[in-house]
Amino acid sequence: MPTRRRGGPVPNGASNAEGERELLSPADLARTVARIAHEILEKTAESGAPVVLLGLPTRGIHLARRLAERITAIDADATVAVGTVDPTLYRDDLRRQPTRPLAETDIPAGGIDDVIVVLVDDVLMSGRTVRAALDALRDHGRPRAVQLAVLVDRGHRELPIRADYVGKNVPTNRAEDVVVSLSECDGADGVAIR
Amino acid sequence: MTVQPDATGIGLRHLLSTEGLRREQAEALLDTAASMEQALTGRAVRKLPTLRGRTVVTLFYENSTRTRVSFEVAGKWMSADTINVSASGSSVGKGESLRDTASTLAAAGADAIVVRHPASGAPHRIAGWLDRVGHSHTDGHVAVVNAGDGTHEHPTQALLDAATLRRRLGADLTGRRVAIVGDVLHSRVARSNAHLLATLGAEVTLVAPPTLLPAGVDAWPVTVTHDLDAHLATGPDAVMMLRVQAERMHGGFFPSAREYAVRFGLSARRADTLPDHAVVLHPGPAVRGMEIASAVADSDRAAISEQVTAGVHVRMAVLYHLLAGEDSR
Repeated sequence: MPTRRRGGPVPNGASNAEGERELLSPADLARTVARIAHEILEKTAESGAPVVLLGLPTRGIHLARRLAERITAIDADATVAVGTVDPTLYRDDLRRQPTRPLAETDIPAGGIDDVIVVLVDDVLMSGRTVRAALDALRDHGRPRAVQLAVLVDRGHRELPIRADYVGKNVPTNRAEDVVVSLSECDGADGVAIR
Repeated sequence: MTVQPDATGIGLRHLLSTEGLRREQAEALLDTAASMEQALTGRAVRKLPTLRGRTVVTLFYENSTRTRVSFEVAGKWMSADTINVSASGSSVGKGESLRDTASTLAAAGADAIVVRHPASGAPHRIAGWLDRVGHSHTDGHVAVVNAGDGTHEHPTQALLDAATLRRRLGADLTGRRVAIVGDVLHSRVARSNAHLLATLGAEVTLVAPPTLLPAGVDAWPVTVTHDLDAHLATGPDAVMMLRVQAERMHGGFFPSAREYAVRFGLSARRADTLPDHAVVLHPGPAVRGMEIASAVADSDRAAISEQVTAGVHVRMAVLYHLLAGEDSR
């Protein structure tokens, strides 16, 4: 699980006092979300299957909602449902740390059978959260396909998992933190590294 | 729902009573129970891998259907191995002591022991013994859950009652007025609820004849009255009816069943005086016509089957917090 400590947005460009470097400005982030929305439309259109965006708590939920808004803004006929899936109960590291609180799970009313599920998260690192989410999906139904959209791919994979849609590839070392801020929960948009 | 990404467990090793449970612990358990319900709603497969490889033993020295089934289902839905031991059919019948039975179960690999016992304090004693001894293959800690001990406590019942009230009345019970009516003297449910609901900020009133109130009730965080009609007229948000425990009645606590039903039973006429939003709870098994009229027990106001469903989610939450993380060891 990548560490994602929260901090305020840094001024455009250089590092601030805490050694934080900006990767995406608020405008970059909006453009990135718009691009991923286009890619999802393009990649899922030919199958004709409905698309369900499932956000992974916490910031993936907000990103999934933003993507759904962009997709329907681009194509009013697109059928996109949004929900959330909390993979906590499926994690393989539960016994390695104190009991984790659970987050919201909200599968859209139509279920996920025969739809294209796009899992949405902010940062992809080890891939373990995504694996847990895949296991959770299996108990909710059988989608036609499952895809993965992330805002930042920072490397250090521990499982054979890759994202279908990537906002930005960022080479990092393990000691660094990638900090994603979204206005819904952090007051402002931005992605920084420290 | 409160979700703290950086929360570090709730510091629960056993669940022996609601007295002494901190508000944040109680709310974490109730939030987890709500998440369990969400996680299982509308699914094709009601099975979570969370407690795979963990063993939960239910050790019941008293009869029970709902509590035992509820713990067993809770464990199974999270993939724990659940094993039921009852006093009849085990070595208890051969005269084995409680202590020896408990250490046998621990040595055989139990990660949690869910105990129901007619003696108040039995689960507490077991937890004390097991904490001192320790068992190598369970990393030294076996969690003990009190599933009802004598006339003392029944904490998971109180938690499921609180979970039901939160579903009906909203997640914050601060200032909500709850009446607990009937045989408080013999009721572990009443004691657990009085403490838990007070901890959650609710105002609890006990309504009972003086003969069915325990000594020391002055020290509970409640007010006491003997007049049901007068109290219902104040418009409580919830009324919890207690079962008249005939099996524990060894003296004349009230003149006749009929007089009890007339003075302390929840009749349809009495239920009609409640505010529209008010909830009627009963821990079950209900004695219809005694403490609660059939028409009331079957009305929309009554949450009796919701309570049973909430019981599974609450017990999943308890097992999750006791067994899933590293701080449980």
